[in-house]
Amino acid sequence: MTENKQSGESIVPDLHKKIKAAFKSFDYESNNNVDVREIGTIIYSLGCFPTQADLHDIIAEVEEDHTGCIPLDKFLPAMTKVLLEHKFPPIPEDLLLQAFEVLDKQKKGYLEPEELTKHMTEEGELFTQEEMEEMLTALADHKNNYVYYKDLISQLTIDPDL
Amino acid sequence: MNVSVVKEKGYLIKGLLVHSSSLAIRAALLIQRWYRQYVARLEMRRRCTWNIFQSIEYAGEQDQIKLYNFFGFLMDHFTPASSERNLISHIFRKNEICRDTEWERYFCYKSIEVSDSYIGPHLTFPMTFCGVSKLVEAFKHKQQLHARYVLQLLGETWRLLRILPNISHIAACHNKQITICGDLHGQLEDLLLIFYKNGLPSSEKPYVFNGDFVDRGKNSLEILLILFGFLLVYPNDVHLNRGNHEDHIVNLRYGFTKEVWGKYRVHGKTILKLLQKIFSWLPLATVIENKVLIMHGGISDTTDLNVIARVDRHKYVSALRPPKAPHHAANGSKTWTMTDRNGEAGGPVEGRRRVCSLTYRGSATAHRHELPRRSLNNAPLTSPLNWSVEEELKRRRRLAGFDQPYGELKKSDSDPESGEITDMDEWKQVIDLLWSDPMPQNGCIPNEVRGGGCYWGPDVTEEVLGRHNLQLLIRSHECKQDGYEFCHNRRVLTIFSASNYYEVGSNRGAYIRMGPDLVPHFIQYQASKTCRELTLRQSVGWTERSALRALREQLFVHKSDLISAFQEFDPNNKGMISLRHWASATERVLNLGLPWRVLRPQLISSTQDGMVDYHRTILIDGLFQISDNSILETMYKNHSNLETIFRIIDTDNSGLISFEEFRQTWKLLSSHLKTEISDKAIADLAESIDFNKDGSIDINEFMEAFRLVDISCSLPFHAQCKKSKGSLGIYTLKSIYRSWGEV
Repeated sequence: MTENKQSGESIVPDLHKKIKAAFKSFDYESNNNVDVREIGTIIYSLGCFPTQADLHDIIAEVEEDHTGCIPLDKFLPAMTKVLLEHKFPPIPEDLLLQAFEVLDKQKKGYLEPEELTKHMTEEGELFTQEEMEEMLTALADHKNNYVYYKDLISQLTIDPDL
Repeated sequence: MNVSVVKEKGYLIKGLLVHSSSLAIRAALLIQRWYRQYVARLEMRRRCTWNIFQSIEYAGEQDQIKLYNFFGFLMDHFTPASSERNLISHIFRKNEICRDTEWERYFCYKSIEVSDSYIGPHLTFPMTFCGVSKLVEAFKHKQQLHARYVLQLLGETWRLLRILPNISHIAACHNKQITICGDLHGQLEDLLLIFYKNGLPSSEKPYVFNGDFVDRGKNSLEILLILFGFLLVYPNDVHLNRGNHEDHIVNLRYGFTKEVWGKYRVHGKTILKLLQKIFSWLPLATVIENKVLIMHGGISDTTDLNVIARVDRHKYVSALRPPKAPHHAANGSKTWTMTDRNGEAGGPVEGRRRVCSLTYRGSATAHRHELPRRSLNNAPLTSPLNWSVEEELKRRRRLAGFDQPYGELKKSDSDPESGEITDMDEWKQVIDLLWSDPMPQNGCIPNEVRGGGCYWGPDVTEEVLGRHNLQLLIRSHECKQDGYEFCHNRRVLTIFSASNYYEVGSNRGAYIRMGPDLVPHFIQYQASKTCRELTLRQSVGWTERSALRALREQLFVHKSDLISAFQEFDPNNKGMISLRHWASATERVLNLGLPWRVLRPQLISSTQDGMVDYHRTILIDGLFQISDNSILETMYKNHSNLETIFRIIDTDNSGLISFEEFRQTWKLLSSHLKTEISDKAIADLAESIDFNKDGSIDINEFMEAFRLVDISCSLPFHAQCKKSKGSLGIYTLKSIYRSWGEV
């Protein structure tokens, strides 16, 4: 991503366009408001990797007083800042691999569904049962249900938009 | 034990628990964060794919209406040469005025013998529960019902439907649950799945089927026979609402007619004629407990159930054959000039556009008007990452084409002196029920995306429900990813029962169960083992590839228009234009309302500095070679229209049409499209298609030859074989070349 002086000046308007567009996708009533529950998807889709705690912080900053809605005029500056500061950068592949290897104590090269489930649903920012089932359906091998994380990482960290 | 080793490996030893588990927690956090991001991005992709399919589907519907509006215009204003008049009158056969008794003779099954070699089910009448269950079993085992029984069953159905009211009323019984199903579109697997999960219809298990039983899927007839069978056995407990596809002219385009001809070569014509009558006699709506209103499409601000209850519903045979328009509308008949945009003032992009509509025949110009969005969870386009709000509004203004609210349009339409006012009003009431879609904004405007009915807003819902003292409106008509969706503050509920509608894995189907408390409960499903086994990523990927293929085909068929549009941005003929211009030109030509900049990477590569070599936009090619390329392109572009017209001409279903009929069809089509097609070009074309040189053209071969190859990506075998609905597929024409003595 080359940034010369000229494009550096035009970055903010470009970011604004990007953010507004993503926001609009969820603005069902066309009134520049989105449901707070969609904010995660919007932020993720802009290329960020926040934790749930990070999301809560952002929401606290932009939510309109317990209405369950987030207005564009609050979201735009907050999100622009996030993007300019690269606040939630992507996770490098090798780090992700290390993470899986930590969970794979016996160094089998794969995780059994029960193992993964235990960690995902009992530690960190817990997965719901639905998320867990979805993850297993998505990632586990058809036949033996094991999650071969090494292969997955290289396949799945490729930007799905490309 | 060596403490440091243990520390490193993070084993669960008491004093070191904190360290190891905090590592595991950090690992878990990382994985969770990564996964959630991944899923969110997949979701955005899925929405985009969805919008592609939906926009192409609705564009196809609009296309057909334009064609018929054109023919209607011809009938009203010109006296075509006699041969052409014959052709058009095929299409606009005035409803024969025979009495029903004469029709009964025509539809009589008694003379049809069932030979001993027939291995399918035998039906006895009056129909019994055993009889229908037997029928269901037979269809499960892919047997075909004998034409005699088909006609007999349909005949009984017709007799019953004629005594049913326009609006069925159901009382909610204290111990019964009512099951409500949405669009099935010929997907027998889904109906069988519903019966498996929910049980067969009976007096203990009432069902409402909310229209669109036919078209697109390949078992439309089987579904109809099953539904009619159950209707005959339980007329008080099985309720069928008419959908916009229960329309013989729509069926010509969307596959049902083809299916019937394919299965019943001898009696297909009679069966189709009887079905035409049956469709016009299907009830229009169902009301449960005077509180829940169910119809296929929706409502408009003029919907009045009292009017609807009184109409002669069977007069409205097809949405595409309105009652004769009042005379003054003749002045406004510039309506059908969809292709007229070059003649408009105001520049290409900002230009005003007149749009076709079934109910509105006046002319109007575009205005600053917020347009409804198509819905995927009420969402419009997805991630149009570089669009501004202004661009969105401009796009909608272009699409709108009307400056008056829908209700006022209706008033200006009707002439108080004209005697036909009642007909047009009634017809509009019926069309609105079958074709309308909800929109998030208040108001009521013509549904120009589909070409019929309207878009209605939450205020209209409140008003109409309030006026009739109802609490919920259940409708179908639009595919929903989860099989169902609420809108308008949960006062409108869409239910859609055809799973995997656009592509394997595209959506779930659902049905409603409702008890005396009138609270809907949903059961979702997805037919086909294959898709259940697909991972999340694979199913999105598969659907996406399919959608992209359909899109590339659209690019192909509009090739010369696209190149012209691109060239407007390239005055020096460098062959390169900016991404922004590429996106804007593509949208102007294709008019699908899609986020082209997001899709661009899948369609064409760009250079470092954001330019595209636009000639390379078209990545697929047809292999048909004849002298005149423009006629070829017209052919590809109007593939569906052509097929529709051919099927109308081929009244005896021989699969063959004569050269003369072929020529007439082309002439008509070319005046509709306002393009020039010389007689010589048509003759060349006809000759090149007459593969066996016998002076007639085999329709099916002709259509097969139109399938296009997508050479830009290699697809798994089964995905290539799967024919996308309504679009062009692929074929190698080497054998055809050989027969021409070329190559």
